[in-house]
Amino acid sequence: MKTYYHTEDLKNFGKIGEFQQPLAAKFFDYYGEVFKEGALTAREKSLIALAVAHAVQCPYCIDAYTVDTMEKGCDEEQMMEAVHVAAAIRAGASLVHSTQMMSKVKDLSM
Amino acid sequence: MKSLKAQNHALSDPRYEIDVLESRSNDVSFSQKLTESNLYPLKPLLIDTLQINLGKMCNQVCKHCHVDAGPDRKEIMTRDTMKQCLSVIKSHSIKSVDLTGGAPEMNPEFRWFVEAIRSSDPNINIIVRCNLTIILANPKYHDLPEFFKDNRIEVVSSLPYFSAGKTDSQRGDGVFVKSIKALQMLNKTGYGVEHSGLVLNLVYNPSGAFLPGSQAGLEAEFKKKLSDNFGVTFNSLFTITNIPISRFLEYLLRSGNYEGYMEKLIASYNPIAAANVMCRSTISVGWNGYLYDCDFNQMLDLKVEIPKSRHISDWDQETLKNRTIVVNQHCFGCTAGSGSSCGGTTA
Ligand code: SF4
Ligand code: SF4
Repeated sequence: MKTYYHTEDLKNFGKIGEFQQPLAAKFFDYYGEVFKEGALTAREKSLIALAVAHAVQCPYCIDAYTVDTMEKGCDEEQMMEAVHVAAAIRAGASLVHSTQMMSKVKDLSM
Repeated sequence: MKSLKAQNHALSDPRYEIDVLESRSNDVSFSQKLTESNLYPLKPLLIDTLQINLGKMCNQVCKHCHVDAGPDRKEIMTRDTMKQCLSVIKSHSIKSVDLTGGAPEMNPEFRWFVEAIRSSDPNINIIVRCNLTIILANPKYHDLPEFFKDNRIEVVSSLPYFSAGKTDSQRGDGVFVKSIKALQMLNKTGYGVEHSGLVLNLVYNPSGAFLPGSQAGLEAEFKKKLSDNFGVTFNSLFTITNIPISRFLEYLLRSGNYEGYMEKLIASYNPIAAANVMCRSTISVGWNGYLYDCDFNQMLDLKVEIPKSRHISDWDQETLKNRTIVVNQHCFGCTAGSGSSCGGTTA
């Protein structure tokens, strides 16, 4: 194993059941249901998935949902805005914790 | 940009294209897949559509064009060949005549031919695949929307995206703005307007090495964006998969996307789409009158397999109906996912 990530591994995702079939089947069923047209369109779900893929920094998911959002007719601007949503939440999640730091500073300061 | 033919490009030779497709498309053959689906040899169900290619001449040079069309292509259909098409239309059970190109309107006999088809049968469905920009290309084309209306033509037009970037990167600089203007002219004539009875359908095809997503989803998005941003309305959106031949094949090879694209097409093979491929109900006529199973086979110079009815002047309905359709690896483009035809998805 020269690198930890291999692009070909993405194609083998469907084969994870080889080691544990019942759980894999449940997961893929659930996965399929989640991404169907619903109260949110499949296109909206794909953009959310693209954003989350960046938040969890999964190269497989980034690859898959870049293709998927393109197939669903999203353009570069929409895709980048979705990533900014993920980035903003991540930044916000760090920054909002600074209130804890600020309170502690204030508690400890004269 | 010049056509592959004008560049003397190796891929302007259909034999070379077939060579590439056969030698570099994994181990799975299309006929093998059809065999697994009990569809091999592939047979027509009926012949109700005649798709006539009026020539390779076009005012655009789109990067993905499977015809390798452009202003430098001079091959166009003559009135004599059109007359031969007319006698087939008149005497057989053709329900729909689909006129394509190139830009079919650039053929000087285009209007004569359309009027002749319409007067031969008031009920026949006539489709013109209009690239939109032709309407603005020259004052002599400005009245095309009226001409279409007078002859009750169904207009089918390509618009790969609802904004300029992706449209122009596929179809050429400035094409988007002109296409919107042409769509507004068509709308003004009543095309794509509710209850007018004048049908305007749009064609979406991906601007790159990926497959089209859901036709319904894209149609909803196109309708909203075109109406909100430009006040443009239309009837239906047809999603069409790019077939790996001609200029799209050249793009795939040049960009290093060929293997990945073929893999994706093969992995997405759908037996339902295979049962509904358009060649099972269509005959395609080339600019010089030769007959093919579809416009793609036409560009690969794969004529219908029956020597005695290979030209419109030798039309033999029964023999054609019993022919075996000529297939090869490019056919995976018609059977991927929800399927693809000149009328959109098939599954
Ligand atoms: S895709 Fe259509 S408009 Fe574009 S070059 Fe080919 S024939 Fe002309
Ligand atoms: S490429 Fe032509 S012959 Fe092949 S499946 Fe499609 S329509 Fe039929």
